[in-house]
Amino acid sequence: MCLAIPGRVLEIVDERNRLARVDVAGVQRNVNVGLLDAVDAGDWVLIHVGFAMSKVDEEEAQTTLGLLQRMGEAYEQELEDLKGSAIG
Amino acid sequence: MKYVDEYRDAELGRALAAEIVATVEPGRHYKVMEVCGGHTHTIYKYGVDDLLPANVELVHGPGCPVCVIPMGRVDDGVAVAHEEGVIFTCFGDMMRVPGGDGTLLEAKAEGADIRMVYSPLDALRIARENPDREVVFFAVGFETTAPSTALTLMRAKAEGVRNFSVFCNHVTIVPPLRALLESPDLRLDGFIGPGHVSTVVGARPFEFIPADYGKPVVISGFEPLDLLQSVYMVLRQLADGRCEVENQYKRVVPYDGNPQALAVLAEVFELRPHFEWRGLGFISHSGLKLSEAYRDFDSELRFAVPGVRVADPKACQCGEVLKGVIKPWECKVFGTACTPERPIGTCMVSSEGACAAYYNYGRFARERVVV
Repeated sequence: MCLAIPGRVLEIVDERNRLARVDVAGVQRNVNVGLLDAVDAGDWVLIHVGFAMSKVDEEEAQTTLGLLQRMGEAYEQELEDLKGSAIG
Repeated sequence: MKYVDEYRDAELGRALAAEIVATVEPGRHYKVMEVCGGHTHTIYKYGVDDLLPANVELVHGPGCPVCVIPMGRVDDGVAVAHEEGVIFTCFGDMMRVPGGDGTLLEAKAEGADIRMVYSPLDALRIARENPDREVVFFAVGFETTAPSTALTLMRAKAEGVRNFSVFCNHVTIVPPLRALLESPDLRLDGFIGPGHVSTVVGARPFEFIPADYGKPVVISGFEPLDLLQSVYMVLRQLADGRCEVENQYKRVVPYDGNPQALAVLAEVFELRPHFEWRGLGFISHSGLKLSEAYRDFDSELRFAVPGVRVADPKACQCGEVLKGVIKPWECKVFGTACTPERPIGTCMVSSEGACAAYYNYGRFARERVVV
């Protein structure tokens, strides 16, 4: 749960509850974007326990993703946990 | 420099390592604490410490949320999980954390309905799907994670989800740092400040470290090069006779933090008078509980939480490890009785824990590669 993992926003799916569909390394799930000002499709965000914590540029997102992928088990576990998520 | 070739920019890595050598006074021993468990993980994965001169020592701090949960709170969680009709939810990392009376994983094997969730919003979804059950979320984490619990509670309240509650174990980063600075056990020269916590609280809350204790702080990113640069920035401040809060992770951390996150924290939580930390004892105003406006969602008011206090196991030296007083390999049970498969202490449970990082990257003894 300690990781912040980059994902790309695909679309806002629930304006009232501030939920967005994101793509994290090919896994598509809903996350809450209520901690950020304005979020649009195409934005990259750092996601922690189902919440977007901050917006980052694409270079930062890719670098962070590369770092996490080299972490091995902790990253694999985070993706597995994310796959089990069904925020609605 | 066995790992530097794997860095994003190996040339920059070598240049920084050379700058560090040129900056330190040869006769002086430097102790720099990296507060965050994520930083500890990167340091050992990439051998960042191998690039440092022998007189620059990295000391690992208390910034691993799973590691600082005292055994009694795990026992309290297990007790709630065993209550009739309860679905107990927690992050996967918490399942193997030992309490005085076993783990949540063992309680699940005994028949308690304990479910791992990725997000507190998944716990709230489970509550909606099971209106005849009581759903409890075991909330842990620093200011990085607490806003997520806060927004989840705000939504539960707005939707009137009455069978959902939070067993709150959120903690704040500044009080344990102040406790460490007041501790006579440890003489630190400076701090590598946490990255993710700072996206929420900003860099400003760390200003007390230079102001009251005269020591530099550099908020750092998570890449090996970020950490190397942050170590350099701390040493540079020391060489220049400066002490201030610098932000190496400006690309993500605003100096004043995230105002929305700080606002929801203020709405949903209030400080407890004191909270127990594993190995560090009770620290004043270091833990969060639900505010008066959210008391209907407080598991501690809804259930008979035993309020267990359990002394840390005698053999385990997680407390000294969390304070940076000893290195993991100096603990008597490290790598023998205590391993990631069968952990005694929390620092071995979480992959962010210093003991697990040392164990997983084969740091069993003091030897360092000579630069």
